[in-house]
Amino acid sequence: MTTADDPASGEQTLVVRLRVNGMWHEVRVPGRRLLSDALRHDLRLTGTHVGCEHGVCGACTVLLDGEPVRSCLLLAASADGHELTTVEGLAEPDGTLHPVQQAFVDCHGLQCGFCTPGFVMTIAAYLRENPDPDEDDALAACAGNLCRCTGYQNIKAAVLRAAELSRGTGR
Amino acid sequence: MTTRLLGAPVTRVEDPRLLRGEGRYLDDLGQDALEVAFVRSPHAHARVLDIDVDGVLEVPGVVAVYTYEDLLESDRDDGTHVSEPLPLLIPHPALHAPRTAYPLAREEVNHVGEAIAMVVARDRYVAEDACGRIVVRYEVLTPVVGLAAAREAAQAVHADVPDNVAAHLVQQVGDLAAAMAAAPRRHTLDLRVERSASMPLEGKGVYARWDTDEHTVRVYTSTQAATSVRAAVAAKLGLALNQVECIAPDIGGGFGVKIVHPWPEEVLVPWAARRLARAGGPREVKWVEDRREHFVSSAHERAQVQRVEVGFDDEGHLLAFDFTFWHDNGAYTPYGIIVPIITSTQVLGPYKPGAYRCEFFSMYTNTVIVTPYRGAGRPQGVYAMERAMDAIADATGLDRALVRERNLIQPDEMPYDHHLVFQDGRPLIYDSGDYPAGLAKLKALVGWEDFEAVREQARAQGRRVGIGLACYVEGTGPGPYEGAHVVVETSGKVKVATGLTSQGQGHQTAFAQVVADQLGVALRDVEVVTGDSRRFRYAVGTFASRAAVMSGSAMHIAAAKVREKALRVAAEALEVSVDDLELVDGAVSVKGTAPGSSGTSLSLGTIAVLANPLRYAFDEASQAATQFAVGDTSQAPVAPGEEPGLEASGYYSPQRSTFASGVHAVVVETDPLTAEITVLRYCVVHDCGTLINPRIVQGQVHGGVAQGVAGALYERMEYDEHGQLLNASFMDFLMPYATEVPRKVEIDHLQTPSPLNPLGIKGAGEAGVIPGMAVLASAIEDAEGFRIDAMPISPSELFHLRQAHERGELPSLTRAGRPKEFLP
Repeated sequence: MTTADDPASGEQTLVVRLRVNGMWHEVRVPGRRLLSDALRHDLRLTGTHVGCEHGVCGACTVLLDGEPVRSCLLLAASADGHELTTVEGLAEPDGTLHPVQQAFVDCHGLQCGFCTPGFVMTIAAYLRENPDPDEDDALAACAGNLCRCTGYQNIKAAVLRAAELSRGTGR
Repeated sequence: MTTRLLGAPVTRVEDPRLLRGEGRYLDDLGQDALEVAFVRSPHAHARVLDIDVDGVLEVPGVVAVYTYEDLLESDRDDGTHVSEPLPLLIPHPALHAPRTAYPLAREEVNHVGEAIAMVVARDRYVAEDACGRIVVRYEVLTPVVGLAAAREAAQAVHADVPDNVAAHLVQQVGDLAAAMAAAPRRHTLDLRVERSASMPLEGKGVYARWDTDEHTVRVYTSTQAATSVRAAVAAKLGLALNQVECIAPDIGGGFGVKIVHPWPEEVLVPWAARRLARAGGPREVKWVEDRREHFVSSAHERAQVQRVEVGFDDEGHLLAFDFTFWHDNGAYTPYGIIVPIITSTQVLGPYKPGAYRCEFFSMYTNTVIVTPYRGAGRPQGVYAMERAMDAIADATGLDRALVRERNLIQPDEMPYDHHLVFQDGRPLIYDSGDYPAGLAKLKALVGWEDFEAVREQARAQGRRVGIGLACYVEGTGPGPYEGAHVVVETSGKVKVATGLTSQGQGHQTAFAQVVADQLGVALRDVEVVTGDSRRFRYAVGTFASRAAVMSGSAMHIAAAKVREKALRVAAEALEVSVDDLELVDGAVSVKGTAPGSSGTSLSLGTIAVLANPLRYAFDEASQAATQFAVGDTSQAPVAPGEEPGLEASGYYSPQRSTFASGVHAVVVETDPLTAEITVLRYCVVHDCGTLINPRIVQGQVHGGVAQGVAGALYERMEYDEHGQLLNASFMDFLMPYATEVPRKVEIDHLQTPSPLNPLGIKGAGEAGVIPGMAVLASAIEDAEGFRIDAMPISPSELFHLRQAHERGELPSLTRAGRPKEFLP
């Protein structure tokens, strides 16, 4: 990380290197720039959403070195040198949806879609650790994210469906 | 053969895009735009004495600072109307003291969160820095918080409305006084409902692009009423309508709050974009609401204090219903008195009330404005009626379901005229429905008759359970109208637009199903655009469970016109009678021949080519339509009465609303020690007429039920006496996670098609939320054995009620078929 004063703003800026969805990016950001803003507005990966700005709703969840984190609670600078996966990086290169994404289609697990990327990332990480969830596990998998549209019933169903699809694809 | 799509639970066409992170929500747009932050009032009631913005423009990255003075100057110099109060969207004769806010406060603020100064800067970080430098001097006034203070009127919210009464309305049917006096039995209930809010995961947001070459502005806004925002922006900015386009991009939920318009920001952001462009500056400006702003500067709903007096006989027949309530409308009334009007009419539910009188007072308080949130006054009305039904049952010793059955409107009484005026200004006439069948289904689904055995079994285990039920009728699909445009392109693809917006209801899928059926094409060949004034200019908006009814019907009408034209054009080209043709699999073919057969069949794409006679050939398809290729030279290329193109617009404008209905039942368990309330079963029977897509309807019911449970058990706006909202964050406002909603929602359907529209549709969007408070109050009191009058109810409140009950301050219920003391 190198720091410098931005002559236009007088604000100290840093060059941050982020490996996002397999590709290295270098961005110059003020030290206070949130990771969620860096992803959305510097890298323009707008699939990651911000619903509450204080880590409660989970819409901004991305994977940091494979672990789900709330990108609205992290500074971009603190992710320097790390590997990030956003919802844009989940599908196969040929466009085939990730089992969790496909399960959300199959089960009508989304309505407005705003909270959805956070759920999808959270559940994808959960299923990697817990590939064979039962109904209680499905509830636990999605219990840390807020959704205002679906009433969660079909999201829970999507967790089970995704596990089923993953077993089918070996992912 | 194309399968029928209407009624098919197809997966949504919107989903893959949204799941890949390719949605375009408001803050995904305008990446290079300047960003806005507001200085908002920290006081609930204050005079603004002075705003000191000195030095703010020196903050690096700050482009502009605006206060009310700038709005005045703009109106004077530029012919805008931005210094005037925001419009009163829905005037009503009973709203005798309407008040609306200014886009930026002028002299006085009336709730915490009211915008006072606007900063435009390089980004939101810098804009917020600059806001921190603005110093506002206030003279703090005593705020009016809560309905008790508003009614007491020791202070006034608006000095010229000393009693705080914005509106007063009385509606009456029959001779209430006589019916009440003659009733063998009477009972009075005092009820209370607190504030909640729509709380979509995406807040509001506005992004405006002023085009200095064209002198036009394009406004993107997270709204439920794009065409009306367009008109409002044009009016406020002093522009011709055709200088403004308004687009609702992907919207991260609405639930009512985004139907209000224009929000201050919807006026100010395009205004600033133009102002900066005129000064030779950047032309793109964006504001994205943060969560705290959403709590304190958007809208809430629900708060009412109600008094219900019922007259009834020993058989439980309702003879007189006298309903008085006080409705907290917050600081301003931009959306008129729609919410209390809905409460005052939909309170009647599926019942014949005997004589009915309703009187309401809509009251000012120094809190956030109150405008529709999913259900829009219905949950409160249903709560009042259903609490009364339970009280009648207990007073008469009759079963709660039986009392309801005895008061239901019967199917052969449809259409049923209540002789009242509904929220759309039209007569309150139920068009159709089978309420006894719905209640019977619900009783079967939940096992109503067998519940005492369940209770006994639980009691034996030291557990405390209760059951409740609640019925509702929901007026859906109010006018005035919606429209749709359907065009078949020469590729055979169908492009469809309606002006009504979408907030996640799956309109792109549902409308495509309607159109695909009419045109005999595959779902994937139909593309639907909503809420974009460039594509369709005439629309009303998405509210009151009206999209499927209104735009769905308009889609059907427009597509039928296109179908008719396709048959007509094909008949001429194939030289056969229209009667001999059918439209199947994207082609018009002579009946009995296969689509695609040469000489007897024309694809819709080819018909689209033939429908638009051309002079110029620009591709292979268009060659077939040039004047030397087609046409009878003795006829005009476009026949009289015809228009070029295979396209049509259609409009649907109903005489009045259509009425959906349903019944919910819930089984709860209350912890004998902690008073924790757990929903064991949640059962729904609902009737929204013809289902376009059962999968989407099921999702709407699920989401509504979750919000109903939320409003009954978790969510409330905690204002302190100073008018500070103490829980203005997701950390403190208890919006349910998956762990707080019922594990499962059991649903049964009933379909009584509406006779008012061509597809028989009734709205489904709000139904799930409506009986939530009523059904949970009913079940909790059944578990506890004493009356529940205030919702929402938390475990600690229930615990305190238990203590009051034990002290003898809260009488025990007597209930049919149950021992006198039925506490476990």
